[in-house]
Amino acid sequence: MSALDTVTAVVRGRHRRALRRRAMLGLLAVLIVAGFLVTLTSGRTYYPLSDVLDVVLGETVPGASFTVGELRLPRAVLAVLSGFCFGLGGVTFQTMLRNALASPDIIGITYGASAAAVFAIVTLDLSETGVSAFAIVAALAVALLIYLLSFRDGVVGTRLILIGIGIAAMLNSVVSYLLSQAGQWDLQEATRWLAGSLNNATWEQVVPVAAAAVVLTPVLLAQARNLTMLELGDDTAAALGIRLERTRLIVIVGAVGLIAFATAATGPIAFVAFLAGPIAARLFGAGGILLLPAALVGALLVLVADFVGQFAFGTRYPVGVITGVLGAPYLIYLIVRSNRSGGSL
Amino acid sequence: MTTDHSLTVENLVLGYKDRDVIESLDLVVPPGKITAIVGPNACGKSTLLRSMTRLLAPRAGHVLLDGEEVHRIPPKELARTLGLLPQSPIAPEGITVADLVSRGRHPHQRVLARWSREDDRAVAAALDATHTAELADRSVDELSGGQRQRVWIAMALAQQTDLLLLDEPTTFLDVSHQVEVLDLLTDLNHARGTTIVMVLHDLNMAARYADHLIALAAGRLHAAGEPAEVLTEECVRAVFGLESRVILDPTSGKPLMLPLGRYHVSAPADS
Repeated sequence: MSALDTVTAVVRGRHRRALRRRAMLGLLAVLIVAGFLVTLTSGRTYYPLSDVLDVVLGETVPGASFTVGELRLPRAVLAVLSGFCFGLGGVTFQTMLRNALASPDIIGITYGASAAAVFAIVTLDLSETGVSAFAIVAALAVALLIYLLSFRDGVVGTRLILIGIGIAAMLNSVVSYLLSQAGQWDLQEATRWLAGSLNNATWEQVVPVAAAAVVLTPVLLAQARNLTMLELGDDTAAALGIRLERTRLIVIVGAVGLIAFATAATGPIAFVAFLAGPIAARLFGAGGILLLPAALVGALLVLVADFVGQFAFGTRYPVGVITGVLGAPYLIYLIVRSNRSGGSL
Repeated sequence: MTTDHSLTVENLVLGYKDRDVIESLDLVVPPGKITAIVGPNACGKSTLLRSMTRLLAPRAGHVLLDGEEVHRIPPKELARTLGLLPQSPIAPEGITVADLVSRGRHPHQRVLARWSREDDRAVAAALDATHTAELADRSVDELSGGQRQRVWIAMALAQQTDLLLLDEPTTFLDVSHQVEVLDLLTDLNHARGTTIVMVLHDLNMAARYADHLIALAAGRLHAAGEPAEVLTEECVRAVFGLESRVILDPTSGKPLMLPLGRYHVSAPADS
């Protein structure tokens, strides 16, 4: 190929990838909007789209105002927002540590929130806001602990993952102990929270998650390119001009913040943070920046899983049960595959 | 274009934890030339390269690029002058050649700036120079070892640095791919005047391709200079603890080292 041909080919290839990316992002956005509208109109009672729009615009429609405005709308908004946060936080960790297993719901950060929330419910008898605040602080503290424990001349991905899994196991036993001590009423509330659920979604729950997403998403997106350089290994990333520890710190705080706020509102919706990144990588192809794609995949995942959990079966299942059923086989697949290729993790 | 840059090491001490790996090292990298660093395992070759790209801070002494402390130069600015290809770089799963090579443009891009015409030209030139243009849309995972190494070199070329450091660029490659990679680096040196510093295991390849040879032993400089001066039987004995014969390579006129083990040697060393 002559030099000019190569330039043309490079430009064409870049445009092709950009086009595919935009098309896929557009498709995901359309699916989210469509899913959003379906969950608003359908359910035990059907309300036509015009009624739904009237309610959204603040008009009073008998019946629909309550069902759509007070029940379905905050629930759908919380589904999209929490899914967005889980997806974005999860893929950030996975990219930074170059390992799909490095998702916050596997390495113990989400467990930190769970243990704190159960403690707040069972032992301290806190209100809903208190439980959320407790969960957020605990998630950040556990993330810090894992980071410090695995720090030795910088952070190595596999060491952090193994320490995280260990901490997750410890926190899990803390949760079991607390549950065994819980009274009847607290037990119900705690287990509902642990399953990850959008039942009883209210606007009061939506606000903090929305605020976290608005503040932290730009922080992470601004680091997106640095983050993809980290994927090439620390030495290469440094040679390309990345400040390793600073990038890691910003990114960890941002991702943990998103995960913590979302978990505080909905409970740990199983495996969304873990699944969104790999699904986005399949859809968008590796090599690009997967932050926004994974965030949209997460949003769609929670929205659809919640709708399926509510209406696809005879009984209503919390959303975490549905995503758990989807995620567990993938986790097994990942472990089996890395065993086969001889990798340690 | 690179002859205006100087890379020097003064009184350098490097180490990890409680162990010093490099003790009081002084070096000058000749600009516009190919330098090869040789020495036994664990003599501090890779450590030295890492400190030259600010991956490792010196315990004492200085690494100076154009007279300025490398560790004081802002990372992105340094990355526009000095590139490094580490020994085992990691390719993200499924990434295409074009995407990987494009990442070499990172130091030239601002946070929110769009991809420029200049970036496209640099990537295309890097692909052409390494004969990887036909592989552009392939996934890096599918490539052979030799192809993959050319792609990594392409990424380093896209970075368009005047100095390029490579840590054992030929390890794990068969002999034809070793020659291919070293020829490629020589092309680069001749065409653009890029200063090349590489750690090599193979003494004969180092002697053949390098203009300047640096022999390290146990964290100290043993000898530095033209291959004919450095690669001698005494040097091999002192640095590697190995008896050898060094003859003139009839194909290149450079020194050629023949190791003398305990077996299969019919002519004794003292001919």
